[in-house]
Amino acid sequence: MPSRARSAAPARAAASRAVARDAQADAAPAPRIEVRKTYKLYVGGQFPRSESGRSYLIRDADGAALANACRASRKDLRDAVRVARKAADGWADRTAMNRGQILYRVAELMEGRRDQFVAEVAAAEGCPTDRAASLVDRSIDRWVWYAGWADKIAQVLGSSNPVAAPYFDFTIPEPTGLIGIVAPETSSLLGLVSRLAPVLVGGNATVVLASETRPLPAITLTEVLATSDVPAGVVNVLTGLRRELVPVLASHGDVDGIDLWGAPDELVVEAELAAAETIKRVAHRRTTQREARFDWLDDRAAERPEWIATFLEMKTVWHPIGV
Amino acid sequence: MTTETPGRALTPSAGRAPSSWGLGDGQAIPWEYAPAPEARDIVRIKDRYGLFIGGREVPATGGETFLTVDPSTEEPLAAVAKAVPADVDRAIRSARRAQRRWASLAGKERAKYLFRIARILQERSREFAVLESMDTGKPIKESRDVDIPLVAAHFWYYAGWADKLEYAFPGRVARPLGVAGQIIPWNFPLLMLAWKIAPAIAAGNTVVLKPASTTPLTALLFADVCRQADLPPGVVNIVTGPGSIGAHLASHPRIDKVAFTGSTEVGRTIQRAVAGTDKALTLELGGKAANIVFEDAALDQAVEGIVNGIYFNQGEVCCAGSRLLVQESIADLLVAKLKDRLSTLRVGDPLDKNTDVGAINSKQQLERITELVQSGVDEGAELFQPACELPDRGWFFRPTMFTNVALSHRIAREEIFGPVLSVLTFRTPDEAVETANNTAYGLSAGIWTEKGSRILDMARRMKAGVVWANTFNKFDPTSPFGGYKESGFGREGGLHGLLAYVRLEDR
Repeated sequence: MPSRARSAAPARAAASRAVARDAQADAAPAPRIEVRKTYKLYVGGQFPRSESGRSYLIRDADGAALANACRASRKDLRDAVRVARKAADGWADRTAMNRGQILYRVAELMEGRRDQFVAEVAAAEGCPTDRAASLVDRSIDRWVWYAGWADKIAQVLGSSNPVAAPYFDFTIPEPTGLIGIVAPETSSLLGLVSRLAPVLVGGNATVVLASETRPLPAITLTEVLATSDVPAGVVNVLTGLRRELVPVLASHGDVDGIDLWGAPDELVVEAELAAAETIKRVAHRRTTQREARFDWLDDRAAERPEWIATFLEMKTVWHPIGV
Repeated sequence: MTTETPGRALTPSAGRAPSSWGLGDGQAIPWEYAPAPEARDIVRIKDRYGLFIGGREVPATGGETFLTVDPSTEEPLAAVAKAVPADVDRAIRSARRAQRRWASLAGKERAKYLFRIARILQERSREFAVLESMDTGKPIKESRDVDIPLVAAHFWYYAGWADKLEYAFPGRVARPLGVAGQIIPWNFPLLMLAWKIAPAIAAGNTVVLKPASTTPLTALLFADVCRQADLPPGVVNIVTGPGSIGAHLASHPRIDKVAFTGSTEVGRTIQRAVAGTDKALTLELGGKAANIVFEDAALDQAVEGIVNGIYFNQGEVCCAGSRLLVQESIADLLVAKLKDRLSTLRVGDPLDKNTDVGAINSKQQLERITELVQSGVDEGAELFQPACELPDRGWFFRPTMFTNVALSHRIAREEIFGPVLSVLTFRTPDEAVETANNTAYGLSAGIWTEKGSRILDMARRMKAGVVWANTFNKFDPTSPFGGYKESGFGREGGLHGLLAYVRLEDR
C-alpha cells in the first residue's frame, strides 16, 4: 500500500495535471485518467450523499479546488443521531478489552493507508509533506494511546468507597451515551482523532461534524473506521456548514453531551444555551484558548484521560453486608 | 414477620398474628403514643439574623429582612437579612480577597480548620438537629441521626484531603478553581451546605453560599461555627434572600465555579447562566427513582426500604424512591403489606422523637403535592392514605400511595417531592428496566432481589447515578452521589466530589 501514494485524492488533481503536461510535451502514450473519489457522508456504516442533494466546494490553502463535499442537512443530522442512538447500547456493552482492540485496529488500518493520509492532510492543511507526515503518524499513535485506556480507565476513575456502615459500596464509570462532536476546524485529522478517540474508548456513540473547510481527511478516516470493526452507527461523520448543523446538534434531545471544541466562537454561546435545555454535558475550549493555536502534536496537551472522563458518568452501587 | 403465602393478599382481620397490625384498610393505630418532645430550648434562636460576609454578621444593604417560618406551626422563627445584588457583590469580593491566602496556606493547616469545624459540629449536634427540624419540618430522629452526623462526617472526610491533594489525581496537580458560588435547597439545608462547602474549602477555594429562602437558619448558625473555628474571614460567606439572589450569584462574572442543588427547571437556568463562560459547573437536580421489587425479594425488608425510600424526609428528597415497580406475582401481597405499614407511620410534630413523617416545608410545596395527588385521582389511579390524625396547625400531608398507576400519569412522571408513592407492576426484568429508565431523570434507583447476579445486571442497566440494592436512601461522605441525564452532572462525595472543585494542571 505505501507504494500507492499517488492514489491520495487531493494531491491527485495537481499531479495529474502535471502528468498531462509532461505527456503532451513528450508525445508519449496518452496518460491513464485517474479515478477520483467522491466524498460522502458516513452514517450507520454506510456512505450516503446528503438527502438534500447539496454539496460545497472544498479548496486547498491556495484556493485551488480539491473536491466537492456533501453539505449535510438538518435532516441528515437527525438521521445520524437516530442511527447513533441505536448503536450506543451495543457499543457500551462491549467488553473494555474488545473496545480497546477495535480502536487499535483503527490504528493498524491507518498505518496501511499512511501515505494517502499524508497527501490528504498536506493538501487540506496546506502544509509541507514532512509536517503532514508527523501529523498522520501522531494520529495513528494517538489511537494506540487511547486504545490502551479502554480496560484501565475504570480502575483509575472508579473506586471502592469505605462507607461508615456495613455496606459494600463501589463507583464505576459508564459511558454518557450519545455525544455530538464538533471537530477542530484547523487540525483536520489529528485534532479530530484526538477528540474522537477518548469519547469512543469510553463507550459512547458519536455524531461528528468534520472540519467545515478541511473535511476530506475526516471522510477518508471513515473509510478506515468502516473496515476496522467499529460497529456501524457508533461513529457517524457529517460534512457541511457549522452554522446550519451545530445548533441542531446542540439542541437535539437525544444527544447526551456535546464537544464544542471546534465550534466557531460566534456559535458557542448559542450552542451552550441550547444544550442547557436537556442538561447536556458540554466540553469546550477555554474562552482564551484559540482553536487554531492549539498544538495537537504535543502529547502532554492532547493525550488526556480527562478527555475520556468528560463523557463518562459515575455510577455508585450500594449493597448491605451481612443481612 | 407474617406467614402469608406469596400471591395471597393480606386482608385485615382480628385474628391475625399480633406482629401484623392488620390496618391495611387505612384504620388509625388503635393505641396512643405518649408525646416525646425534644427540648427546643437547646438552641437560642435570635430575633434577627444578618448576612455572613468577611467573617462578620452584617445587615443587608437597605436593611430589609424576611421571615423564616416553622412549618409545623406556621409561626415565624426569625427575621433574616434579605440580600440585594450589591450584597452578593460584596460577598464575592470578600471571598476573592480571602482566596489567595487560603489557597497558599499549607494543606495541613487548611485541614485542621476543617477538622475543627467537624468537631464543633459534633459537639453542637443536638443544637443543630433541633434547629434543622424547626426550620425544615423534618422529624428530629432524622436530623439527629442522619443529617447532622453526616454533616460532621463530610467535613471530617474532606479535611483529610486538604493536605493530600497531590495524591488524589495521578499525573496532575490539583489547583483550586477560585471562588465558588453555591446554591442549595431546603430539603437538607445543613447537609447540602456541608456537601458544598467541605470539598470546596478543602481544595483551597473560598465560597459564597446561598441557602434556600425557607430554611436559612442552620446555615446562619454554621457561620457561628466558622467563627468558633477561627476560620479566616472571607473563606465562607453566606447570603440569604430570594431566588433572584441565587441567579445573580450564578451569573456573576467574578466567580469561577457554580454548584447548584435543586430542581431541574432551575438547573437549566443556571446552566444557561454559565453558557459561554469558563466557569466550572456541577448540577444535582431532580429525580423520579424507580424502586424495583422482584418476586424473590425479602419482602419485609423491602417494605421497610420502600417506606424509607419515599417517606424519609416527607418524600422531599431528590433521590426518593417515588415509583415502586413490583413484579406482578407479588404485587397484591406487597401492596397489602405496605398499606399495613403505612398505617403505623406517625405524622406530626417534627420535634417529637416518635414522629416518622414531619411537616411539609412550605405552603407552596404542600399545594404542589396536593395538586399532583389530585391529578393522580383524576387520571384514574387508586388512592390509599392511612387514617392518621394530622395536627390542626402546620403544613402536613398524609403518607400516600397510588396503585393502578400508568406510566403516562403525571404522578408517575413528575417529581412530586412529597410523601407520595406510585405503584406500577412488571412481569420481566426487561420490562422493569424499560419502565425504570423511561424518564428524563436519572438520579437513583433501587433493586430488591435475593439473586446476586440479577442485582449486578440490573445495577448495570439502570441509567442512574446511585443504585441501592436491597437498601435505599443511604449516604456517606466517601460515596459519590449525583445524576445521569437531566438529574444533572458532577458528583458530590468521595474523591469524585473533590474533582468538582479543582482544576487539573500538568505536573
